[in-house]
Amino acid sequence: MRIPISWLREFVDVPLDVTPDDVHAALVSVGFEEEAIHTFGLSGPIVVGQVLEFTPEPQSNGKTINWCQVDVGESAPRGIVCGAHNFIVGDKVVVSLPGAILPGPFPIAARTTYGHVSDGMIASARELGLGEEHDGILRLASLGLDPAVGADATALLGLDDWAVEINVTPDRGYAFSIRGVAREYAHATGAAFRDPAERPELTQVASRVASAESAGLVARPAPSIDDRAPIRGRTGASVFVTRVVRGIDAARPSPAWMVARLSLAGIRSISLVVDITNYVMLELGQPIHGYDLDRLSGGLVVRRAEPGATLETLDGHRRTLHPQDLLITDDSGPIGLAGVMGGASTEIAATTANVLVEAANFDPVSIARTARRHKLPSEASRRFERGVDPEVADAAAARVVELLVQLADGTADTEGSRLFDVVPREPIVLPDGYIAGLMGADYSDVEILRSLTDIGGSIEPINHALSVTAPSWRPDLTDKATLAEEVARIVGYDRIPAVLPTAPPGRGLTREQRLRRSAAGLLASTGHTEVLSYPFVSQGANDTFGGPLAGAVPAIRLANPLDGEAPFLRTSLLPGLIETARRNLSRGLNDLAIYEIGSVFRPEADTRYGSGDLPSGIIRPTSSELADLLGSIPPQPLRVAALFTGAAIAKQPGQPSVPRGIADAIDAARQVGHALGVTVTVAGGSHHSFHPGRTAELFFGDHNIGFAGELLPALADERDLPRVTAVLELELGLLIELADRAVSPSAIAAYPAATQDLSVVVGADVPAGEVLSAIVEGAGPLLELAHLVDDYRGQGILDGSKSLTFALRFRANDRTLTAREATEAKLAGAARASERFGAAIRE
Amino acid sequence: MDIALAAISAASTIAGLVRVKTGHLGESSPLAKLNATLRDVASADKAAFGKLVGQARACVNQAFAAREVELFAAEETRRLADEAMDVTAVASRWTPGARHPLNLLQEYIADIFVGMGWEVGEGPELENEWFNFDALNFDEDHPAREMQDTFFVDPVENHLVLRTQTSPVQIRSLLTRELPIYVISPGKVFRTDELDATHTPVFHQVEGIAIDRGLTMANLRGTLEHFAQIMFGDGAKIRLRPNYFPFTEPSAEMDVWQPNAKGGARWVEWGGCGMVNRNVLRAAGIDPEVYQGFAFGMGIERTLQFRNDLNDMRDMVEGDIRFSQQFGMVL
Repeated sequence: MRIPISWLREFVDVPLDVTPDDVHAALVSVGFEEEAIHTFGLSGPIVVGQVLEFTPEPQSNGKTINWCQVDVGESAPRGIVCGAHNFIVGDKVVVSLPGAILPGPFPIAARTTYGHVSDGMIASARELGLGEEHDGILRLASLGLDPAVGADATALLGLDDWAVEINVTPDRGYAFSIRGVAREYAHATGAAFRDPAERPELTQVASRVASAESAGLVARPAPSIDDRAPIRGRTGASVFVTRVVRGIDAARPSPAWMVARLSLAGIRSISLVVDITNYVMLELGQPIHGYDLDRLSGGLVVRRAEPGATLETLDGHRRTLHPQDLLITDDSGPIGLAGVMGGASTEIAATTANVLVEAANFDPVSIARTARRHKLPSEASRRFERGVDPEVADAAAARVVELLVQLADGTADTEGSRLFDVVPREPIVLPDGYIAGLMGADYSDVEILRSLTDIGGSIEPINHALSVTAPSWRPDLTDKATLAEEVARIVGYDRIPAVLPTAPPGRGLTREQRLRRSAAGLLASTGHTEVLSYPFVSQGANDTFGGPLAGAVPAIRLANPLDGEAPFLRTSLLPGLIETARRNLSRGLNDLAIYEIGSVFRPEADTRYGSGDLPSGIIRPTSSELADLLGSIPPQPLRVAALFTGAAIAKQPGQPSVPRGIADAIDAARQVGHALGVTVTVAGGSHHSFHPGRTAELFFGDHNIGFAGELLPALADERDLPRVTAVLELELGLLIELADRAVSPSAIAAYPAATQDLSVVVGADVPAGEVLSAIVEGAGPLLELAHLVDDYRGQGILDGSKSLTFALRFRANDRTLTAREATEAKLAGAARASERFGAAIRE
Repeated sequence: MDIALAAISAASTIAGLVRVKTGHLGESSPLAKLNATLRDVASADKAAFGKLVGQARACVNQAFAAREVELFAAEETRRLADEAMDVTAVASRWTPGARHPLNLLQEYIADIFVGMGWEVGEGPELENEWFNFDALNFDEDHPAREMQDTFFVDPVENHLVLRTQTSPVQIRSLLTRELPIYVISPGKVFRTDELDATHTPVFHQVEGIAIDRGLTMANLRGTLEHFAQIMFGDGAKIRLRPNYFPFTEPSAEMDVWQPNAKGGARWVEWGGCGMVNRNVLRAAGIDPEVYQGFAFGMGIERTLQFRNDLNDMRDMVEGDIRFSQQFGMVL
């Protein structure tokens, strides 16, 4: 909402030397955030001039310019070149003299053009920022003005005005008016407020109309409201006031002050009648619609649309109506989308002589739905959605009539009507001490009374409480907390002290939260860099990475994605990591070890998620409703994924480069396991998007917890990644769930260890990890540590076989082991490997 | 003996010295041979002779030991010199890793509140609309519902959304936890904004809610001020300005005074807060005549931006490893 300062001054005392920042600061203090400051952007000498004579001079480019002598109130006239032709000798015009700046900014200087020194410029309305008119210069006579030559034209035309723009929150619909903001300015500063809706000229007219109706003076069929399908039990219209003004001259120009104020308020001047209705809407917050009375047939009826009905709105679109759309109709059918936009058939034109003015109050929900449905947010719908003061309709209609009489030379008709069916507000009980108990600050009785009176409330003391009836323009004041806010806000939030509360003893982070941090921290400590990526992916990305088997992966699709190419939610973290890797590679960062911890979205196939009708948000859902709500969302498991490419260790003196690959991905999985206190085991696996010979399936016990491997080289290539790009994705949430709740450590034996090597020959395709497992099993509890130290193939070993050497460390926790005991254990391990894989001991 | 002593001092290596030792103290050395002649010496002279020979041998032995120490020291010195490395060019086997600063900041904030006895609440990112809107006093047709540009799951009739705020976690907390409740919930949220220098469709928030008997807006301010002082330094303070949110009444916009800002102390818009709306308590089955409390929320990205003087939102979301690595493991 933009507030021209001159307009604000009409209804509240504003200091003469006030600055835009002062006004913003005052309004911020009562809850309106500042958005901007608006001016016409003019400065310097811009004066009234009178054309004394001019000579048309045809030019070689085909144009004819006028060489004018213009009196600007100086000792001698100025010579000015003017390209326009819409004036005559004696016309008073606006002259920008050298040194002036017009909006643009467009500085004016004396300059040579078409063979003359043009000592200034005669301005058009558009050049002054007064609308779109640029077919010629602005003739002041056309605005009904005849000012003294040499007078300051900016003040004359209202171009020295400025406006502040504030953000109006959805609960404060009344502040979409100068009236409402003036009241708030008064709250903020204590300045005197004069309610424009209470002006006697307007209230007297309103009461006359009301009595005219009751006296049966209505000449036309009276309007009626016939809502047979109220939305959520509320009739579409509660107030419907009409007035008639006859014999207007609709072709008259709008006065400069009105155009200037509308322009500052962000509304373009259209025509006198439209400008008047917009002006009154801005002033009082009541949207107004004007009909060409002679194009109406029969009485107005407010009703819902019939299925399939259409209406051509003022913007020239023919719209198919919805049965919930509220309409204004006459005998010809729909003539307007109530509260949203008028219809073309009864539009006011320059030839319109008689006008019917409508000031109505429509149901916010009905208007909001219609505006949304037809994508037609208008100044009117914006106000109705937030609630318009039902009591202001009479004054607003009277104000329109007043302006039509004053500015368009119309005659106010006795004809008018008034339907008013507003449920009176229920008083709110505000117990003594409630505000202090909510705010934690003290407020005196005087402060409470004054604040609630200032905002327009009427107050009655009752037993240990106040009974407060909120004003008609504050539908948001519904309970005692809303009244507490009003008092706190008018007194000022600075009253509230800072008092730290004492929470009961907490239990710290949950186990899951601690373990998640542990995993994230360990990966970072071991050289991985954490990144975050968006969860929006294509179906292709989900199908490629969402599971080990080729085929479509069930996924959640967004109804309104930002990118039509990526409307799905991720079923894997890998597409995001790959995208991030690409971005890094494109910036020359070739050595990458990146990871992300995040949720993926894993709907089950053929399962319907979500809710049909939602339970009320006003009371606690029943336990079965709550169970349904909690169960309505698809599984969103927490995962960790990592991606590796480039070098793990860079080439350095005495240190060859160590390339990254599957080893890094498997190690990262082990590190995550280590962070959680679990042992991740590795087995050969297969995944349709991974290198068939370089894919590991990862386990914790019998649970598959993920995959590590190198991407299929073709897939990596398609995504502009290096041929060797290794990835890992683990079910982090599941691992945390499965991990032991506490470590059960064994006592540390101090007896000496016995170390022995064991070499066995097995088939070349036998996984070494499985041989190791067999040895560990067979060797029994004396074996403390075992690892593979060599894989030899070649001389001395048959083709198709390999020799694996394991280093073994034995220890007993109650005695010093003898070499014989260690050897026996080793042989038992070898025997198990032999049993399982035909492993032969190699001496 | 003099010959032996000369040979010992002339030895320049341990190996040479050992050879000298064998030559002058070994079985065929002159001293050994001299010693062997003892039995031919007259018995009256035997003692004196033996003593002389013994002294000579001791003298040679001593010289040998001393020389041995000298040579060991010299050899060690030489070896150390040979092993010298250019420590400015030692090969590194470590690559620096890093946490993402947005996650570090969320953990830091959680720790501050855990230190006050609060607990950390979490909830799903894909949420039922009821938790995201209805229970938070957003009426079905409330214009505020349009204030937030929500990602809806297809088909929209199923009422699933990507949460636009972490407030649904507050509702879940109210519905499932025992009173009193002091819960902080950091997390990821989603709105349909295109990525630019100040917007991102996926960002992070932290929200807090406290419901107890007799909590006031002064307690809200006290909590925020304590939080701000830990985050931004001792001089930090909170300013409240009236505002509107459906889930709080009274509501306020909060500014924080950042005493140590680069370029000078300043007020910065930090987030929204207020006393939990009575309708929100009712939606959770809590009697608003018995319990009341406060809630607040702020953007993590924004907090990181002005706390660490960052200008472009894109740096936080693009995953360029140089960004996280500037932070490493600390904020």
